[in-house]
Amino acid sequence: MASTITASQTGEAPVFYLKDEHPHPEGHSTPLGFWIYLMSDCLIFAVLFAIYGVLGTNYAAGPGPKDLFDLNLVALNTAMLLFSSITYGFAMLTMVQGRVAATQGWLAVTALFGLAFLGIELYEFHHLISIGATPQRSAFLSSFFVLVGTHWLHVTFGTIWLFTLMVQVARHGLITANRRRLMCLSMFWHFLDVIWIGVFTFVYLLGMLR
Amino acid sequence: MSSETNAQHQHDADHGSEEQAHGSFRGYMTGFVLSVFLTAIPFWLVMNNVLDNNQLTGFVIMGFAVVQIIVHMVYFLHMNGRAEGGWSLLALVFTLILVVIALAGSLWVMYHLNTNMMPVHDMKQMP
Amino acid sequence: MSEASTQTSMILGKLTLQSFPLHEPIVVATFVVVALGGIAVVGALTYFRLWGYLWREWFTSVDHKKIGIMYMVLGLIMLLRGFADAVMMRIQQAWAFNGSEGYLNAHHYDQIFTAHGTIMIFFVAMPLVTGLMNYVVPLQIGARDVSFPFLNNFSFWMTTAGAVLVMMSLFIGEFARTGWLAYPPLSGIAYSPDVGVDYYIWALQVAGVGTTLSGINLICTIVKMRAPGMSLMKMPIFTWTALCSNVLIVASFPVLTATLALLTLDRYVGTNFFTNDFGGNPMMYVNLIWIWGHPEVYILILPAFGIFSEVTSTFSGKRLFGYTSMVYATVVITILSYLVWLHHFFTMGSGASVNSFFGITTMIISIPTGAKIFNWLFTMYRGRIRYEEPMMWTVAFMLTFVIGGMTGVLLAVPPADFVLHNSLFLVAHFHNVIIGGVLYGLLAGIVYWWPKAFGFRLHPTMGKISFWFWVIGFWVAFTPLYVLGLMGVTRRMRVFDDPSLQIWFVIAGFGAALIFLGIVFFLLQIAYSIWKRHELRDETGDPWDGRTLEWATSSPPPAYNFAFTPVIHDNDAWTDMKRRGYVRPLSGFKPIHMPRNTGTGIILAGISLALGFALIWHIWWLAALCFAAIIVTAIAHSFNYDRDFHIPAADVVQAEDERTRRLAGSRA
Repeated sequence: MASTITASQTGEAPVFYLKDEHPHPEGHSTPLGFWIYLMSDCLIFAVLFAIYGVLGTNYAAGPGPKDLFDLNLVALNTAMLLFSSITYGFAMLTMVQGRVAATQGWLAVTALFGLAFLGIELYEFHHLISIGATPQRSAFLSSFFVLVGTHWLHVTFGTIWLFTLMVQVARHGLITANRRRLMCLSMFWHFLDVIWIGVFTFVYLLGMLR
Repeated sequence: MSSETNAQHQHDADHGSEEQAHGSFRGYMTGFVLSVFLTAIPFWLVMNNVLDNNQLTGFVIMGFAVVQIIVHMVYFLHMNGRAEGGWSLLALVFTLILVVIALAGSLWVMYHLNTNMMPVHDMKQMP
Repeated sequence: MSEASTQTSMILGKLTLQSFPLHEPIVVATFVVVALGGIAVVGALTYFRLWGYLWREWFTSVDHKKIGIMYMVLGLIMLLRGFADAVMMRIQQAWAFNGSEGYLNAHHYDQIFTAHGTIMIFFVAMPLVTGLMNYVVPLQIGARDVSFPFLNNFSFWMTTAGAVLVMMSLFIGEFARTGWLAYPPLSGIAYSPDVGVDYYIWALQVAGVGTTLSGINLICTIVKMRAPGMSLMKMPIFTWTALCSNVLIVASFPVLTATLALLTLDRYVGTNFFTNDFGGNPMMYVNLIWIWGHPEVYILILPAFGIFSEVTSTFSGKRLFGYTSMVYATVVITILSYLVWLHHFFTMGSGASVNSFFGITTMIISIPTGAKIFNWLFTMYRGRIRYEEPMMWTVAFMLTFVIGGMTGVLLAVPPADFVLHNSLFLVAHFHNVIIGGVLYGLLAGIVYWWPKAFGFRLHPTMGKISFWFWVIGFWVAFTPLYVLGLMGVTRRMRVFDDPSLQIWFVIAGFGAALIFLGIVFFLLQIAYSIWKRHELRDETGDPWDGRTLEWATSSPPPAYNFAFTPVIHDNDAWTDMKRRGYVRPLSGFKPIHMPRNTGTGIILAGISLALGFALIWHIWWLAALCFAAIIVTAIAHSFNYDRDFHIPAADVVQAEDERTRRLAGSRA
C-alpha cells in the first residue's frame, strides 16, 4: 500500500476504488473459519477436561481408574488413531497430485482405521457398563464417559463426513470445492488426534498412576 | 493510474498465500515416526512402572504429551506463522491461553473451595 | 420425581392436557391476546399476499443487511416480552406488603424473573447487538457480504428458534423457576422435575449454535474481507469492537454449551456432575457458567462502546481522540474479561487468596474502561457538537455508565461483596451498566444507522421524548433498588414483611412506568417516521456527515453494497474521500458476483426447533426423527455446489443511475 500513500501525499488525486472486480474467490475464508470453529470446539473439550480434573477423583466409593482401565486396549486404540492420521495425510498428498483413485483409496483406509477406533471404544464402554461402572455410578465415571464419549462422537461425525466426501469426490472429482472440504476434514481429523493425546495422557495414563 | 494497479497488485499478493500448505511426504513421515515414539514411551513408562516414582512419571508423560501436541500441530496441521497471514497461529495461541486459564483456574478455585469448605479432617473427628 | 412427570406416553412423552396452564388466568389472557394478534398478522400477510415476498426476499435471504434487520426485529419483539415480565415483577413487589400475597403466585413469579433475565440477555441484547454488527460491519469494511452468507442466515434462524422455544414455554408447560443461570442443585432433576429447566436448556442450546456460528462468520469477515488499504489500525472503531466481541463469542459460548450439556446429562441420564451425591459438585457449575458469563457481559458492551465512539466522533465533527489507545483498551478488556469470573461468586468460600486475585483483576478492568471514557470526552472537547438523538444517548450513557461502573468496583471488593451479594444493590448495578451501557448504545445505534437501512431519518421530537422518559425512568426505577440493597433486601423476593420498604418499591414501580412510556414513544417514533417517511427522506446516503465507509453508498445500500470495491487511505475513510475530492464513478460497471438465496437455513432451524421441543417433552421418536432429518438435510445441502450468481452489469447500471438521479435531486 506504500505506493498509494506516496501518491496521495504528492497531491495527485488518490485512487478511491478498484476498477476491476475485487478477487475474493469463493471459499477463500473457509480454512480460517473452520480453524476458528476448531478452536471453539477445543474450548468445549477444555471444559470437559476441567470437569474431569476437578471431579475425576470423586469415586464415591466406586471403582477407580486402576480397577477399570486396560492400557493394552488404550494403546491399541491410540495406534488406530495414529495410523488413520498418517493415512489421511497420504490422502491429502495424493489429492494435491490430483490422483482421484489413490485419494479415494487412502480415504477408505482412513475410514477403516476410524471405524476400528470407534468399535474398540464402544467395546470399552460396553465392558465398563456391563461390570457396573456406569456413568451414573460416580462423578469420576460421569466425567470419564462424557470426555471420552464426546471425542467418540466427534470421530463418528468425522467418519460420516468422510464417507460423504468420498461420494462427492466420486461424483465431481477433485474440484476446488471438494479439495477445500477434504482440507477441512483433514484439519478436523488431526485436531481430534491432538485431543486424543490429551485424553490418553490425562485420563488413562495419569489415571493409572493415581 | 500506476498507484491503482499497484494497490491491486499488492492486494493480489495478500490473497497469493491462498494455496494451503499441504505438507510433504517427508513431513508426514517425520511427524508419524516422532508421534509413534512420543506415544510409545509414555505407555511404556506407565505400563512397566519404569521410574518407580508416580509423580515423576506424571510430569514426564505430561511433558511428552506437550511435545507430541506440538509435533502434531507442526507436521499434521501445518501450523506456522505464515498460514492465513498469522491469524491461525494467533487464534491457536489465544485459545491455548484460554484453555490454560479455564483449566488451571477451575482446578485452583475448586481446590481452594474444597480445602476451605469441606475440611476432611473435621469429618473424621465427628462422632 | 412427581407422580405426573413419571407418566410418559410413547407418542406424546410428558405432554398431556395438564401441561397447558389453563388454571392461570393471567397466562390464559396473555394467550388469547397473543393468539388474536398472531391470527391478525397471519391474516393480513395472507390477505395482502405477502408470504411469497417474505419467503423470497427475507426469510431465505443471505444478504447481511436483511439478516441484520431481521435480528433487530427479533430483538425488539422480545424486548416487549422481557419488559412485560419486568413490569409484572415491579407491580408484584410494590403490592405484596402487609400480608398481601400480591397477584402472582410463587410458581408464576419465579418463572417471570427467570424468563426476564434469560430473554433480556439472550433474545434481546444478543440479537440487537448481532443485528447491528451484521448490518454495519460489512459496509464499514467495504465488503459485499459476510464470509459465509448461508451460515449467517442459518445463525439468525437458530437464534429465532431459541426465542420461539422460550415463547412456547409460556403456553405449553412452563419456564424454569431457577433464576437466569439455572444453578444446580435447584435446576437438577430432584428439585425441578418439570419441563421448565428443559425449555431453558434447549432454548439456549439452539440459540447458542446460531450465536457461535455468527461469531465465527463475523471474525472471518473482518479478517478476510476488508477493502484494500484497510490495515487493522485503519479499521473503524465499531468494526474493532465487533471483532473483539465476536472473538469473545467464539471463545466463550462453547463453555456455555458444554456446561449446559453436562446439566442436561444430569437431568436426562442421571450422571453426577452437579448433584449432591456420588461425588458431584454443584459449585463446579457455578464456576463454569461464569467462565462464559463474564465474557458475555463484554460481548454486549464492547459493540456499544464502538457505537458510542462512532457517534461521538461523527457528532463532534472530529476524528476520534486516541484511536490507538481505544483499540488497545478494547483488546485488553477482551483478554482481561477471562480473568475475573469468580467475582460473581466471592461468597462461595474459596478463601482469601482466590478472592483477592479475582477482586484485583476486576478492579484492573476499570482502567481501560476509564481510558475509553476520557477518549470520548476528549473527542467532544473543542468539537462542534450537534446534539442529535444519538449524541444525547451517548452523553446519557457516559453519566449513567460511570456510576454503574463505580458501583461495580464497590462490588469487586470481596468483603463488601459479602454484604451486598445477591442483594438488590447488585440488581441495580447490573441494570445500571446493561441499560445505561448496552441498551443506550443500541438505541443510539438504531437511530444513527436507521437512515442508512431505510433511506429516511427517524422523527427527532418523538425520539427525544422517548429519550427523556427512558433516562429519567431508569433513575427513578433503579435508585430505590440501590437503597434497598444497601438496607439488605435480597433479590427475587415475592412478598415482604417490613412495611417501611414499600415506598421504595412503589417509586421503583413508578420508574418502570416511565420506562414503559419511553418504549411506547420509541415505537410511536418508528411508526410515525414510517408514515412521514417522504418528509424525512435522505437522498444523499450521508445524513449525519458521517466519517466511515457505510455512508459512502446509497441509503438503503444496493444488494452489492459498493459498485466498485473502495480503496482506503485513512482511518475515517469517507471523510478522507470527501475531503480529497472523491468522484463517484458513473460508468464501467461490471457484473457482480453474489451468493444465492437458500431456504436450507430456515428449514434446518425449524427441524432444530422441533428437536428441542421433542427433547423437552421426552417425545423420543420425534427427537430421533428430527436428529436424523438434520443430518440428512445438512448432507443434502452439501451436495449443492451451485451457490452463487452474477448480478448483470445492466442491473448495476440501473441501480447506480437511479442513485445519480437521487443525488442530483437532493442537491437541487
